[in-house]
Amino acid sequence: MSQSFRIAQGGRIDRDNQLKFSFNGKTYTGQAGDTLASALLANGIHMVGRSWKYHRPRGILSAGAEEPNAIFQLEKGEKTIPNARATQVELYDDLDASSVNCWPSLDFDLLSINSKVSRMLPAGFYYKTFMWPKSMWMKYEHIIRKASGLGKSPEVNDSDRYEHSHRHCDVLIAGGGVAGLTAALAAGRAGARVILVDEQSEFGGMALSSYDKIDGQPVSDWIQAAVAELQELPEVMLLPRSTAYGYHDYNFLTINQRLTDHLALNNRKGGREKLWHIRAHQVVLATGAMERPLVHSNNDRPGIMLASAVSTYVNRYAVKPGERAVIFTNNDSAYQTALDLNAAGAQVVAVVDARSQSSSELANMVRSAGIEVMNSCAVVDTSGGKRLQSVQVMSLSSDGQSVSGQRRTLSCDLLAVSGGWSPVVHLSSQSGAKAVWNEEAAMFIPGEPVQQQASVGSANGTLELKLSLIEAANAGNAAAKACGFDSNMKAPQSDAVISDPIMPLWLVPSDKEKGREPKAFIDLQNDVGSADIELAAREGFHSVEHVKRYTAMGFGTDQGKTGNINGMGILAKTLNQTIAETGTTTYRPNYTPVTFGSMAGQNLGSRLFDPARKTAMHGWHEENGAEFEDVGQWKRPWYYPKAGETIHDAVNRECLATRNSVGILDASTLGKIEIKGKDSAQFLEMMYTNNWMKLPVGMARYGFMLGEDGMVMDDGVTIRLAEDHFYMHTTSGGAAGVLSSMERWLQTEWPEMEVFLTSVTDHWATAAVVGPNSRKVVSAICEGIDFSAEAFPFMASRVGKIGELECRINRISFSGELAYEVNLPANYGRFMWEKLMEAGAKYDITPYGTETMHVLRAEKGYVIVGQDTDGSITVDDLGMSWAVSKTKVDFLGKRSLTRPDTARTDRKQLVGLLTEEPDSVLPEGAQLVNDPGAATPVPMVGHVSSSYYSACCGHSIAMALVKDGRRRMGETVYAPLADGRVLKATITQPLFYDKEGAKSNV
Amino acid sequence: MLLIECPWCGERDESEFSYAGEAHIARPLETEKLSDEEWANYLFLRKNIKGLHREQWNHAAGCRRYFNVERNTVSYKISGSYKIGEQGPVGDDT
Repeated sequence: MSQSFRIAQGGRIDRDNQLKFSFNGKTYTGQAGDTLASALLANGIHMVGRSWKYHRPRGILSAGAEEPNAIFQLEKGEKTIPNARATQVELYDDLDASSVNCWPSLDFDLLSINSKVSRMLPAGFYYKTFMWPKSMWMKYEHIIRKASGLGKSPEVNDSDRYEHSHRHCDVLIAGGGVAGLTAALAAGRAGARVILVDEQSEFGGMALSSYDKIDGQPVSDWIQAAVAELQELPEVMLLPRSTAYGYHDYNFLTINQRLTDHLALNNRKGGREKLWHIRAHQVVLATGAMERPLVHSNNDRPGIMLASAVSTYVNRYAVKPGERAVIFTNNDSAYQTALDLNAAGAQVVAVVDARSQSSSELANMVRSAGIEVMNSCAVVDTSGGKRLQSVQVMSLSSDGQSVSGQRRTLSCDLLAVSGGWSPVVHLSSQSGAKAVWNEEAAMFIPGEPVQQQASVGSANGTLELKLSLIEAANAGNAAAKACGFDSNMKAPQSDAVISDPIMPLWLVPSDKEKGREPKAFIDLQNDVGSADIELAAREGFHSVEHVKRYTAMGFGTDQGKTGNINGMGILAKTLNQTIAETGTTTYRPNYTPVTFGSMAGQNLGSRLFDPARKTAMHGWHEENGAEFEDVGQWKRPWYYPKAGETIHDAVNRECLATRNSVGILDASTLGKIEIKGKDSAQFLEMMYTNNWMKLPVGMARYGFMLGEDGMVMDDGVTIRLAEDHFYMHTTSGGAAGVLSSMERWLQTEWPEMEVFLTSVTDHWATAAVVGPNSRKVVSAICEGIDFSAEAFPFMASRVGKIGELECRINRISFSGELAYEVNLPANYGRFMWEKLMEAGAKYDITPYGTETMHVLRAEKGYVIVGQDTDGSITVDDLGMSWAVSKTKVDFLGKRSLTRPDTARTDRKQLVGLLTEEPDSVLPEGAQLVNDPGAATPVPMVGHVSSSYYSACCGHSIAMALVKDGRRRMGETVYAPLADGRVLKATITQPLFYDKEGAKSNV
Repeated sequence: MLLIECPWCGERDESEFSYAGEAHIARPLETEKLSDEEWANYLFLRKNIKGLHREQWNHAAGCRRYFNVERNTVSYKISGSYKIGEQGPVGDDT
């Protein structure tokens, strides 16, 4: 293998299983068990990208979720994944990865000129420069986005499947390091239902990179035994490769599990990711801690890494990230890295320690290994291009505020840094517990829990293994007890370690004059430097939330996991206040980015996300060439074009055929609600504006339903089937809203009423047979009903038979024609429809859709609620005051009708419009003005609500809502259109056809 | 996501419910006797409480029942659910 930086022994990789992968078009090898980052380092590749704003070379910084630099585009086409963190991508055979932010290539980046002019690109630069002139912003934005983008969005549909799963459990544990495993053992052994979640491929967390001992055995053996035991416990579920990314109210957590990302593309089967929705009784957070980098000049070169990440690459992946290393630290933990590198055969040039003293056992072991320890020193600058070449070290004052003496240059290709540790308080903060600053440990730790939750181990600021295990065992026991299990597990044992305290160091001072020092980066992904924070503070941004937004610190896909705390430290110092006073920005879900596929799951398209509703006759409509229109979720036939017909040809034909002979419309989508119970009539008296008590059985009535604000909410025809039984029609789109509104009034305001509501919309298929020949068609297939005008008058309802089936026929009309609505149970809808077509054949019965229905009703001036009304229109505005009872004491909305604004007589009122040119049709929504030549803004007097060409009238017709319209009959209004034309129209009554109503009265 | 107790069905996820606004707003009995201001108060004005709030919820994807919930609008803590017409709990105002 050509992995020249692979250490000969050790690590958790599979040396027998070599994998190929490609990075920026070149092929390399790695081993099973590698991450993409460890495989690149094994091949000596540190520089993996260019920075966002200055296009500076950047290398792999970390070994986990916090990685700001190694952000790649994986694969191509339907499998492409933008912005994958190489430190978390498990290597698989033939993986294809490329850098996301370099153009035209990683080695030769045209935009790195930005780096040379960086002094001209301060915080807020884009705001300050490109926002003027305003009209140019769109152009600038395009160029900026091209120059600075991260990954590319996929251009084709994702071919993968994503799933959702829901669970309840007693104890959910986030984080499967040794603390999480200990808590899981405590709760699991007691019999509690435990779910243990960890984002890595194997459990163990940071301990997989260490040589600690637990209960006298190597930690890796202890982990193996713990996992084996947990797997055997029947109530314990282990979720590896799963990130708990959201902690919501009432212990509801969202967890994204990656099922196939670690497999070669051709080995992937089944769903790619599973989103778990878990409601837990108790939650234990064992999410660990992340190491902070140190902020000094030129701290961003490839070859500068977190010390703990260096240890991980050496110990877990058997990779040497460098041959000559310098360690720079302000605390004890990085000394372990020096020992790890030394053991791996790398040369450790020196440990540069900001503290004046380091005398712990660990520090002394480093000295004994012959490694120079430089106390009271700091790295003030670095050199190198695409890889670190040397660091410059100076003496640091004991308060950390200044450096002095000569610069000493240490030649090295690796700088391992540790600025201390930040507990991963993300989930705890999301749960509502406010993170608290601990001055002594220089870290934010989880605040007092507000949910049934505990944080343990380094997530709780307890970095020492021994104490961490005790804390975890206690929390596991307590969580199980809270769920009613007797749990008393003793904590696993580990040796105590005594460390010297940390010396907080947020910004390493420079020996250069203020303002002339090279950039010191805080947020590597967004290129935010210490000077940007200081500038923001000078310009008056004092709240940490404002500074974040002004400088873009923490705005990247890494959400500032490595940089934010350092930034807050620098802000606090600049503002001369404590970090506790400065506070943190808000930690919000998601902890790491989550794919849209995972969030959507199977809730996709018309199958599950927005299901299409189809009537029982849908198949017939399709077979007969109908074009469909969406009405709410319904698919309704729009028109039925014959060969060569345009929509206008078809609608004109359908209208004329219906008016002159007979047409048929699928009216099944109308909302239908059965209302039953002894108080039903009284209930309708309250719901509708007109009278219902005296409606005879077998008769129907049209009614308006108002909101309490007096505005029209719905309309429809309701039939009295029996003294205590009504059958209500609602608009197609309004059915669900009307039902729940009526339920609400019944349940909350009039519980004493005995009324039961049942939605029967889907139970009945309805065909409206319309036109002068409709009586002949319907009576031909329906027995048991006397269809004579006297026996079956307008607005009557009768029950008869079609063959063996009981049918209900309602003589109601939405067209002004003689018309019957024929109802059979939905399963017989198509049978009924075909019977009617057969009976109507000799009258050339013509199926018509919603467009013709609209024209026919507009010719008669019938309104459609939601089209001719918009929630601000009263019954009187529609000119239909006859439908509002003057005598009823009360009904919903009645009191509002006398409110001053509702009672005005010059409100927008429904009128008809006839255009000057009979063939020009006003666009619906067109605004109307009195004088199109008036100075702008021209006062608007109304708008067109419905507009069609009427073949029956030989003229376009429109309905409009016009201020004081009823008093303006015969006057002229104008509709200025977007294309520059101005249409002239005359105000008329909203009634264009059969003005005497003779046609339905036969 | 809230965990809401429906008085008929028990504890369910918030996603099964729809919110129905402030509770205990009785519809005036003799609406015609109200002044415009009194009617507007009933129609438009709501308390917008910071703290314990009594509100109606509908178990829309369940039993379709409306009921009352007492919830702290700051902490989102629910102190109890109760049926329409009942008095309900008084939770601790924290």
